[in-house]
Amino acid sequence: MAVCIAVIAKENYPLYIRSVPTQNELKFHYTVHTSLDVVEEKISAVGKSLGDQRELYLGLLYPTEDYKVYGYVTNSKVKFVIVVDSSNTSLRDNEIRSMFRKLHNSFTDVMCNPFHNPGDTIQSKAFDGIVSGMMVQTG
Amino acid sequence: MESLTLTDIEQKYYSDLFVYCDTDNTKKVASNGRVLDLFRAAQLPSEVVLQITELCGATRLGHFGRSQFYIALKLIAIAQSGLPLRVESLNSVKDLPLPRFVVGKNEAEARHAALYQDTDSQGLYPASATAVIPRPPGRGHQNKKGPPTSTAHPVHEVIQPLAPSIEPQPEPTSPVVSPHQSPPTSPHSWRKHKRQHSGGNADRQPVVAATGAVWTQFRDPQAAPVSGDGMWSSHSPPPPSQESWVSFTADTPPSSAIPAMHPSSVQESTTIRTVASAATTNEIQRQSSGYDDPWKITDEQRQYYINQFKTIQPDLTGFIPGSAAKEFFTKSKLPILELSHIWELSDFDKDGALTLDEFCAAFHLVVARKNGYDLPEKLPESLMPKLIDLDDSAEVPEPTADVGYSGSPVEVTPNKSPSMPSLNQAWPEMNQSNEQWETFSERSSSSQTLTQFDSNIAPADPDTAIVHPVPIRMTPSKIHMQEMELKRTGSDHNHPTSPLMAKPPEMPEETKLPASMKFVAANTVGDGYSSSDSFTSDQEPITRQRSQSGTSPEALKVVAAPPPPPPRPHPSHSRSSSLDMNRTFAATSAPGQPQSSTIAYPPAVPPRPLPTQTSLPHSGHRSEAEGAPGGGAVLTATSPQQIPQQPNFADFSQFQAFAASEQPSSLPEVDIHSEPGQTEKPSEGAGPLRTVKSDGQADERASATVNSAKGSSGPIAPPPPKPVRRRLKSEDELRPEDEQHGPQKSNVIAAVLATQPSIPRSVGKDKKAIQASIRRNKETNTVLARLNSELQQQLKDLLEERISLEVQLEQLRPFSHL
Repeated sequence: MAVCIAVIAKENYPLYIRSVPTQNELKFHYTVHTSLDVVEEKISAVGKSLGDQRELYLGLLYPTEDYKVYGYVTNSKVKFVIVVDSSNTSLRDNEIRSMFRKLHNSFTDVMCNPFHNPGDTIQSKAFDGIVSGMMVQTG
Repeated sequence: MESLTLTDIEQKYYSDLFVYCDTDNTKKVASNGRVLDLFRAAQLPSEVVLQITELCGATRLGHFGRSQFYIALKLIAIAQSGLPLRVESLNSVKDLPLPRFVVGKNEAEARHAALYQDTDSQGLYPASATAVIPRPPGRGHQNKKGPPTSTAHPVHEVIQPLAPSIEPQPEPTSPVVSPHQSPPTSPHSWRKHKRQHSGGNADRQPVVAATGAVWTQFRDPQAAPVSGDGMWSSHSPPPPSQESWVSFTADTPPSSAIPAMHPSSVQESTTIRTVASAATTNEIQRQSSGYDDPWKITDEQRQYYINQFKTIQPDLTGFIPGSAAKEFFTKSKLPILELSHIWELSDFDKDGALTLDEFCAAFHLVVARKNGYDLPEKLPESLMPKLIDLDDSAEVPEPTADVGYSGSPVEVTPNKSPSMPSLNQAWPEMNQSNEQWETFSERSSSSQTLTQFDSNIAPADPDTAIVHPVPIRMTPSKIHMQEMELKRTGSDHNHPTSPLMAKPPEMPEETKLPASMKFVAANTVGDGYSSSDSFTSDQEPITRQRSQSGTSPEALKVVAAPPPPPPRPHPSHSRSSSLDMNRTFAATSAPGQPQSSTIAYPPAVPPRPLPTQTSLPHSGHRSEAEGAPGGGAVLTATSPQQIPQQPNFADFSQFQAFAASEQPSSLPEVDIHSEPGQTEKPSEGAGPLRTVKSDGQADERASATVNSAKGSSGPIAPPPPKPVRRRLKSEDELRPEDEQHGPQKSNVIAAVLATQPSIPRSVGKDKKAIQASIRRNKETNTVLARLNSELQQQLKDLLEERISLEVQLEQLRPFSHL
């Protein structure tokens, strides 16, 4: 269960960010922002096999004492960042991958909506539903 | 009879009811069924009803006159309000809500009763033209929300002295039932309904009038029942200036308007009633069904939607692209957020385009939203694209075509043009498969799962269809595979990439065939150690494959054979020396010494590198540690193990045979320290290596020629060095063989290249032989891997010791100063 889920556009501004409200959300915003550096580094690192060969799932970006940050980038350089509580040790890599997959699918659906302008913040209830399903069910 | 003063509303209402009950049109309502039903619909206890009838004097008269009827109705209202039934209260109670008749003999009546109140409230709100939208069909449910304009609840019981700005329209067609009827009080609903019928008032009016006549009784008196028709006829169509959006509302099926209709003409109603009843029954039924499902689209609505669809997309089986739909729905002036949500709901197959059904659903949702209904979170069932419309499918055969298969909207996707959304949908699946593949690969690091990985890679990897099922990404398992492949070629398994880098021309082949080779090796190894004889022969075709890029037949054949489980360490081998060596040596009946020596040997070490390539690393390495000779011994010892998998070594050995013959003499005298000297000489090192290699190669080939070559080259040389080196090897386990493996790999590759052309080509090798060879390779690979790990561990231990020693030295140093 994620503690914070964020979608960042290609230009590195957030399209959607949501955290468990009980905690200091600003901290998560900062974490996501700093994780962008790691994402950029990982994206540029795989320069040999360009494009399709690059893994979309970036894996654990970096762990802190409280939580772990996972990254995922699409082919259009839209980044998904999931912050997971470190105490939740049962989360396997596969689960994170499936979470990213679901995120990507619902993000695609949002993009397909002709009323959604790329670059706008995501205001889709379906997307919110998906994200809520993945967030920690504390409140 | 007490004098009864009724408000205008009451007057109208009661008159309507009276007319309704006055089936005989005698202005005197007997206690007929209608009245009784009406009273029953009042949901009052029977004794109350009895009391009411008594009070109003009907029992006295035996029938309900108009006044009695009115009194009864008022008493009913009083009773429903919870007030005691008193004759005095008839006139004293003010602001008495209209008597409610619920759940009449049919729902429509109740609905109309509700509509009555709806229209009451409607009258309160001079809604704007755009806001006045007829309630969706089936919305007549008493408890459901009224038309958008009526934010008041259907149970709006406050008698509203309507003063709406309803156009006072005379009713030319309808005889005024009640002279009290005041046209000005005609509610907005009429106007609204008029608007509804802008499209076809003339046609609908009779029907509507007829139907309205049926239901008029329950109509809100203030709704100018009599003026209904008049209004209908007199109402001008809604201003065409209204955007098409509103005209849509005008075209809203008359079903919703029907309830709002008042019996314009009672007389006409009687005559038309029969005709209307038939028409209304459908409507009633529809409304009844809509009673439960507010989202159902009526025929008229659907027809309207379809017409609108045609304006955008003439082909009813086609799709409306998202951009066109966006423009169309933007005209509704709904906020973009809501339109976005509507799109999410209606685009069932998420393809960015709207089929007819999806379009109708979206349109319906927009209409509902404009009427004030909240958008549902999920698409209502009635709006879901289905196979057959409940409405007559005269105009909607296409939904069956495109939407087609209810419950499987995904199938529609293939019909649609492969737009980007479709690709996006497909992409996640592909990505998913890739991820699955990735998952497999990552988990296959253990040799146990290597088999599964390989078997999965065949179907999952789209490249399987290609000649060589080479994974693109360098996953651990791939590296493992390549290691095996390289091991076969005598290259270091620890550095799968080094041979690739060392031999660029080799790379395409190796990359092409590592998988195939791996498969072969796996098969070979997994099959056991029985086909030792065939093993050598297997190597030939395999190496031939390597030599010839694009050997699709072999590759496919190799791919077809799922690699067997990696070989288990042979129980008899403490250090799990290569079983291949046992086999090869046993098969070739080589000197027993080599056998035993090889058995005791640690896992095969990649052969020594070519003198040209390995000289520097070797020398550098050898000079470092004392255990160099051991490493060399190991190398040479392991090289024979590698040799079996490198049939092409034969030629190489022939090259070095004579050179090796010079070396053997030096080899026996090898001691721990002299060995470095010898090994430092690349040629010498290579010589013994090559001789050993040739020995191994001879084993592989199981050919006398090779053996003879070996024998000629240095039959004696190989065996003696082996025991020596074995001992050295056992002493020195620190020697990391990685570096040696590297150059050895390149050496092997060169040997392979050199020997490839010389190897006769046997394309028709049995798959079993190939599998056997693969198996052996895998075994060797695992053995080497184990050796590597052990050596690494030893290296770590030694490093730790060194560190500790240095620490001690540091500690002692101060003392020395003292």
